[in-house]
Formats: sequence, C-alpha cells, structure tokens
Amino acid sequence: MAKGWSKTRAQVERAKERVIELAIAACGISAVVFVFAIIYFVFREAAPLLFGGLDIGQFLGSPEWYPDSVSNKRYGALALIAGTLSVTVLAMAIAVPFGLGAAIYVSEFSHGRTKEALKVVIELLAGVPSVVWGFIGLVVINPIIIDVFNTAVGLNVLNGAFLLGLMSVPIMVSIGEDALKAVPDTYREAAEAMGATKWQVTWRVLLPAARNGLLAAVLLGVGRAVGETMAVLMATGHAVHIPTSPLDSVRTMTATIAAELGETAKGSDHYRILFVLGALLFAITFVVNLVADVAIRGVRKR
Amino acid sequence: MRAVCTAVGVATMGLWAGGAACGQKQGAGHSVQVKGSDTMVNIAQAWGEEYNRIRPDIAIVVSGGGSGTGIAAIINGTTDIATASREIKEQEKADAKKNSSKDVVEHVVAYDALAVYIHKDNPLTKLTKAELACIYGEGGTCDKWSDVGIDVPGCAGQEIIRVSRQSNSGTYAFFREWTIGEKQDFKLGSRDMQGSKDVVDLVEQTPCAIGYSGLGYKTASVKTACVASNDTDPCVEPTIEGAISGKYPLSRALYMYTLGEPSGEVKAYIDWVRSDAGQVLVEQAGFAPLTKEKRTVAGK
Repeated sequence: MAKGWSKTRAQVERAKERVIELAIAACGISAVVFVFAIIYFVFREAAPLLFGGLDIGQFLGSPEWYPDSVSNKRYGALALIAGTLSVTVLAMAIAVPFGLGAAIYVSEFSHGRTKEALKVVIELLAGVPSVVWGFIGLVVINPIIIDVFNTAVGLNVLNGAFLLGLMSVPIMVSIGEDALKAVPDTYREAAEAMGATKWQVTWRVLLPAARNGLLAAVLLGVGRAVGETMAVLMATGHAVHIPTSPLDSVRTMTATIAAELGETAKGSDHYRILFVLGALLFAITFVVNLVADVAIRGVRKR
Repeated sequence: MRAVCTAVGVATMGLWAGGAACGQKQGAGHSVQVKGSDTMVNIAQAWGEEYNRIRPDIAIVVSGGGSGTGIAAIINGTTDIATASREIKEQEKADAKKNSSKDVVEHVVAYDALAVYIHKDNPLTKLTKAELACIYGEGGTCDKWSDVGIDVPGCAGQEIIRVSRQSNSGTYAFFREWTIGEKQDFKLGSRDMQGSKDVVDLVEQTPCAIGYSGLGYKTASVKTACVASNDTDPCVEPTIEGAISGKYPLSRALYMYTLGEPSGEVKAYIDWVRSDAGQVLVEQAGFAPLTKEKRTVAGK
C-alpha cells in the first residue's frame, strides 16, 4: 500500500511539473504573440492608406501637417519627425555622459552601502510615471528656462530633452553596469598589476572591453526616448515647427498620435495616417533595438 | 476608474482597444458616461457631483479629451453623452448613423463667450476679426505685434506667440470657423495646448502671447481683448450677458449629444441639467445659462 501511495504521488508530482512547464512556456510564447499581434494591428490599420494613396514624398518631405483641414488636407510629417529627432538627440547628449558616468561610478568606484543605495535610488528614478515628468517640465523647468535663457516660452526642445535624458538614465545605468560587471576580473587584476591607476584601468581597459554593452545601454536609452509620449506632449510646446534652436517649440510623432487619435473616426484617413506614424515609430525603435541586440550579442561572444 | 482607463489608453499604442474596453457601461443603469469638451469639463464635473448628491444611486462618470473626442466616442458608441463646445458636423452625424443606424440628438445646455486672452502688460484694447485672421490664419502676415500697430513691453523681438488648441478641441473648431472660416487653416507653429486652462496659464506668463479660451477660465492676472466683427462695428468686451444676448460676437452654445432620443437615466440627467437646478451651476462656473423659456421644468 505504501508503495502504491508513493507511486501515485510520483505521478502527481510529474503531472504538476508538466503543468507548470506548460504554463511557463505559454507565458514565454504569449510575449511573442503579443508583439506580433501589435505589429499586425498597427500595420493593418495603416495599410489601406500606406499602400493606397498616401503621397510618401509629401509624408516624409513636407512640414505641413493639416490632417483635419476641410479644404486642403496635407499629411506632411517632416516637422514631427524633426521634432522627435531633435528632442532625442539632445536628450542623448544629456543622458549619455550622465548615464554612463553613473554606471562607471556604481560599478567601479563605489562600494558597499553607497553602491546599494545608489542602485536603489536610480531604480526609483525609473519608476516615476511619465506624466509626472511632464508636469515637472510644465511647472518647474518651464519658468527656469524662461528666466535663464530669456525666451518667451520654456516649453521647447531643451525642456523635453532634459526630461527624456533623466528618464533614460536608469536604463543606461543598469545595462551599462551589467556590461562593466561582465568584464572578467582578470582584466582589472592584470592592468592593476602593471601599475595602472583606477582611472587608467577604467578608461583604457574596461571601457574598450565593455564597449558593445555600453553601446547597447545607450541605444536602449534612445529607444526609450523615441517612444516616450506623455512627458514630451506636455513639455515640448506641441507646435508643428522644424526647430532651428534648442529653444524652439516642437511636436513629436508620439505626442501627435496621443493628442489626435482620440478624435478621429475609426477608418478615416486621419486615423490611418496616425497609424502610419505609429508604424514609422515602430520601425525606428525596431532598428534601434535590433542594433542594441546585435551589440549585446557581440559582448557575449567575447 | 475612468481616469485610469483613459491614462492607460493614451499612454499605449493600443489606445483604441483601451478606449473601447473602458467605454463599456459599468453596471448598466447605474452610471452615465459623459465624455468630450475640455471647455465643459469643469461644469460637467459640477453637474455630475451635484446630481450624484440628489441621486446617489447614479454615478455620472465625466472625462474630457476635447469635443472631437466626445463626438468620436458617440460615433463609436462608447459613451452615453458627448459634451461639445461646437456643433456636430454633418459628416460626423452620417458616421454615427452608419455605425448605429441611430440619429445623433442635440441638446443645448449652456452658452459660452470665447474670450481672446492677452498678457496683462499688453496695451492692446481692440481686435477685429480681420486682425485675428491675419495673426492666426495660414497666409496671414501679422507675425509681430507691430503688425497690429502696438508695442508690447517685455516682449523680446515683438514676436506674436500664438497659443492655440489641439485640433480635437471644439474651442479650436469654433474659433477657426469664426476667424477664418471652416475651410481655411491656421498657420503652423502655434503652441497647441491640451486644455482651456493651459491656454490662459501660458498667456498669463508670456508677454508676447495671444490665446483663446472660454470666459470661464479668466483670472485677475490676464487680460481679455475687446472683439469686433469688422472695422466699423464697436468692439464688445466678453461677458456672460453678452453671450446670452448674442451681442458678443464670439459667443457660442455648449451642447450635449446623445445617440438617438435619450431615455431612462440619461434622459433624466439631461432634463435635470437643463432645469433651474442644473442651470444655477452654469453661472457659478462662469458660463451663460439657458434663458428661462429654454429650460426644462424642474422635477420632471
């Protein structure tokens, strides 16, 4: 009887194991399914216009964005693309030195409690909702920019880039730190044995060794910045305008989708052009992530 | 609950799916969804709260997003009532009819004066429709304050900073129609704000700015311009009285739209909004109430 019990028990255990395995496999596969479902959805909504009547030259080459004009609809997204690019580039100019600097400090120069505290605080930064960032841009940074630069309006590229920079720092720090950690300690020991100072070790040995991982960290930060919506909607001034200086107001692609999609009737050209913008954003973030992925794989090969 | 749904919907690319899922009636008969005009969001909230006080079993769920957003929700069948600060377009009526085979029914619930706001240091006293068209309209040549004959102290370069609204705003649609006609477009490069209050806030802080928003959003630290339809007419200051009498040229009706004749709790609510009890709140919110004969009889 005891033997019979343990046999059934073993069977139950095996069945349990099997169920858990299946459940976990379903979770893993569902992520892929969702991604493809979203890609399918975005492109399905965009396709009728994208392949049927959209003037691609005008879309990519003209700054005239008049999707709701009654007499003369124009779907020129150049100003929106320029808006997204300008904010992203400036954000990266702010975030890369800060993010990678922080990653180097956390990984190589800080120890014990400082290190743990820093990591927690930086993670905390990642948890701030983007609408809160946007609000900070609106009520805190806006008047500061007006005072410091003596401009009429502080809602501009600089404001948005500053917020996006801060928002991309956490992801850069955590990926960048991982990349530095992945460099074998033998590298550090060898360099130190040859009499190199801590900074020389970091600059001449660790950074070159970890460069793919650090590149991936930067590119993931870029992906975050390109896709961010709420903060830039609130902080960039939302003006259709190709910027000529960091103090110009702009409007980004994401902000345009967020602001306009709610009013469009499903299936209208305006609705579809917003999905074309979404598809373009998708393509941009996909390429950025792909490059980041390839870069990370480069790290692993070493 | 509603606010969370909206925020999630906007923040993700799955906006449409999110919006649709959130638009489902929660506990049929016990909640009324009101969505749309940002101009009217304060008054709609005030109505909802007061109504909930006298009818605690009914939850009035109010959200903004713009008149266009509200009307789109009616077309897509995801709200009970759409609020709008502009009239529904023929195309939108046709779309709603096509989707649901019901007619959209219009209910005027209040009036509003659309004020043109300028910084308190701006010496401007009068603006004509032609000047507004020159400032805002595509092809208009008024880019500097000197082009309308004034010099604004504290405004670097005298550049006119145009503050406008996003295109889903009924205020935007109404202002465009009045200044340049529905068929024309505004100049690109205006700062397009999300809300009525944002416009007034920005103009208040910016000497170079000009903007438009409902009179209900006026504060003591910002000026409103006296507006004239043409050069020969005397200009009129925006007031509630002017909006009721129609003397102020930029006055407009505020609407609620329903899909088909309202019935049950939705009808009871709209009737209450249009009764004396509802109209008292209109005045408190800075809008113009319906005249006595247009109201519904209280208690009906």
